[in-house]
Amino acid sequence: MFRRWCVGFVGLVLMGVAGQPAIGQNPLAGDAKAAKAGEYEFRINCALCHGLGARGGGRGPDLTRAVKKHTHSDAEMFQVISNGIPGTAMPANGTNGQGVGMTDEEIWQIITYIRSQEVKAPAQAAGNAARGKDLFYGDGNCSLCHMVEGKGGRLGPELTSVGGSRTREAIIESVRDPSRRLAWGLTESTKEFPQEYLSVTAVTGDGKQIKGVTLNEDSFSVQIMDMGEQIHLLEKSKLLSFQKSRESAMPKYGADILSDKDLGDIVAYLISVGAK
Amino acid sequence: MTGPGVRKIERQRDVGSSEAPQQPWKSGASAPRRGTPLHAGFSPGGPQGLKAFASPIHNAALEGPLFHGTFRVAIRLLEAGLMLALFASLALAQVSFERLVNSAKEPQNWMTYSGDYSGKRFSGLDQVNITNARTLVAKWVYQTGATGKLETTPLVVDGIMYATGQDDRAFALDARTGRPVWMYQRQIPSDIRPCCGRVNRGLAILGDKVFLGTLDAHVVALDSKTGNVVWDVVAADYRTGHSFTVAPLAVKGLVVIGISGGEYGVRGFIDAYDAATGERKWRFYTVPGRGEPGHESWEGDSWKVGGAPAWNTGTYDPLTNQIFWPTGNPAPSNRGEGRAGDNLYSNSLLALNADTGKMNWYFQFTKHDEHDWDATQVPVILDTPIESGGKHLIAQANRNGFFYVLDRTTGKLISANEYGKTTWSDTKDADGRPVANKDASPTLEGHTVCPGALGTTNFMAPTYDPQAALFYVTARDQCDIFSTAPQPYEAGHAYYGSAYFPSEEARPYRGFLKAIDPATGQVKWKFEHTSPTWSGVLSTAGGLVFSGDAEGNFIAFDAASGKPLWHFQMGGAVYAAPMAFAVDGKEYLAIAAGSAVYAFALP
Repeated sequence: MFRRWCVGFVGLVLMGVAGQPAIGQNPLAGDAKAAKAGEYEFRINCALCHGLGARGGGRGPDLTRAVKKHTHSDAEMFQVISNGIPGTAMPANGTNGQGVGMTDEEIWQIITYIRSQEVKAPAQAAGNAARGKDLFYGDGNCSLCHMVEGKGGRLGPELTSVGGSRTREAIIESVRDPSRRLAWGLTESTKEFPQEYLSVTAVTGDGKQIKGVTLNEDSFSVQIMDMGEQIHLLEKSKLLSFQKSRESAMPKYGADILSDKDLGDIVAYLISVGAK
Repeated sequence: MTGPGVRKIERQRDVGSSEAPQQPWKSGASAPRRGTPLHAGFSPGGPQGLKAFASPIHNAALEGPLFHGTFRVAIRLLEAGLMLALFASLALAQVSFERLVNSAKEPQNWMTYSGDYSGKRFSGLDQVNITNARTLVAKWVYQTGATGKLETTPLVVDGIMYATGQDDRAFALDARTGRPVWMYQRQIPSDIRPCCGRVNRGLAILGDKVFLGTLDAHVVALDSKTGNVVWDVVAADYRTGHSFTVAPLAVKGLVVIGISGGEYGVRGFIDAYDAATGERKWRFYTVPGRGEPGHESWEGDSWKVGGAPAWNTGTYDPLTNQIFWPTGNPAPSNRGEGRAGDNLYSNSLLALNADTGKMNWYFQFTKHDEHDWDATQVPVILDTPIESGGKHLIAQANRNGFFYVLDRTTGKLISANEYGKTTWSDTKDADGRPVANKDASPTLEGHTVCPGALGTTNFMAPTYDPQAALFYVTARDQCDIFSTAPQPYEAGHAYYGSAYFPSEEARPYRGFLKAIDPATGQVKWKFEHTSPTWSGVLSTAGGLVFSGDAEGNFIAFDAASGKPLWHFQMGGAVYAAPMAFAVDGKEYLAIAAGSAVYAFALP
């Protein structure tokens, strides 16, 4: 893949887009006009997940952070945009089924734009990650349902990488108001929308009530994890009742339960883990 | 539509009515080979029929000379056998224009993208019906072995299935077993520019050839027995964003096909090629040039990159010799600045003379579109009974969320009714056409409009069931944030002029199968899928409607009530439309899902 990118890059140089930069450098680095063109390309190709202004959306990380998890140099960023990141929702250029792939030049424009938006230093104090870890596994009760680095519960989304893929604001919002935007769960490669952490109540043929979250679902069957982390594989036609709710199974953590400072420390912990 | 005169849409004259010829495929018929008029004396059973006429050659060539010792007799037998075999193969393999016009007389075959020229996607087969559908089983699966979506509708003629796959594959299968007879794989340049996946929606068949439109904007004729290339012509330059994904339509001696590339600022066109030679017989530019009517609906030079592609298969009315072909969005798709005017003939239905490509009339559904609402949905030909006016109609469930019924003689609008969630139009013009609200345009900061850019429906094929007199369509309720992102035109580059993405506030996006009464425009029933699907819909004389879902199910519904009667989990999302065929008296349902084609039948 690197070789292919090199060829593309050499082609660009031959086309006279830039002077004589070393391989791996952005030929458009610092070019304000390119950054503007990149802003529009970003809106078309990237904003769906990374948000308008590159500040992160419900799905993709905040790209205005100077330190990024998967990329450091422009060359690495070019590769990530071109090839995607396996095991994440980041697709390879031109493979998301909708829209069209970008040219090499357009990718450099986007990188130039992202660089122009980066905030060099965090605006706020990061919080106390060590204290946040204690709260996560202790009084905050987070780990009853959430797992980080192999420790914790299974009912809610696994959070090891959440600090690297969500903005600080998005994490805070999903603690204060979990139902506003339900987390995305299982992603099937050929399905357009992933499963969400919907709350469900099912009553089986023998009258047994099952409460939990959906692991997956189609029109005829549902796979549920109940509050005790038991998996139930159910055929809908055999249920007495089946109700879904977009009210998250996670309680709202208001400031009276979890202070701003405590929450800030927990988020600092998640961000420190997510940056690893 | 208000008056009682059009309350009931007439049943298709030649399907499911008393005038229809004997249909041996009806349930209860024990001998399917008892012949339709077209096959008098021959077996329509495909392979078996061929075998019957192949045997004289065998007898003559081997047994004749060796066992009877009389060469003259042998040669005569051989000649007779060869002639019979030749005649048999011609009669069985050749798909004449007459057979396509009278396709309802041979419901065992599925010879055009929509099953017939009217676009109904209705099968006259009823062996599988509401009482036995629950016993359907999978009969075979054909894996293409490639990744990416399958959007193909297979054709079946005399026991052989012809279908397409990713990257312009084409293949012929034994329709009873799924075993390949031939395969064709095009060598596509690495720098093609398909907008929405390396997809293809199927083949057309005429004579002894099948026809494929390719991602590098060629039209290719393949020999239907071998898959060999007979001719290959260039329609346009793929490097400027032209491509074909559409299933062509064979009409008379022509192969009619529409271009894709609305995302690249192509100037759209519909072409007709001589099926025998590949020579282009006519081209209709969907964006009028200088001096042509409609040219004034474009600002400045915007017409040169005006889009209006024609990427879905149209329909044909043999009575008036008109082709009805729908067109797509003006380019750039989401930015009206710079192309002031109605932007004819984008997002329109065109009535073209099949022989000349000359336009008889047009109807524009969405004027000066800024939301990517291609009007490329299959336009379905319908007729009302003589006693209620004998109206010749054409209906389309449009991507903009309205269901339109037009008079297909004049192109005049009869009714337009909302069939999904829309916010873009609160008023109608004097003709009854929905008009865009002033605040529906995309803005820099982003503005939510319903339906979203993917539309209430899209390329997924609808069906009209003349028995139930209902129109079935896959629909979605999703709203998008439309935000402007001005782009200069650059040849071969994406040319949207805007960004759109699903509005988080509007989640969850909901997907449905809806049954619309064309007489009233009202939704009679709807089935809500777990999530929106891209599957097309098929209706059959068995009182059934078939569709697929994003979770990988193939589902049989009661056409009258929308109740699911049976389903099968295929393991991959559906982006294709189902079809039906019969071989040796057995009815099959087929659909593509994931990377495979599936066939189902009664046990």
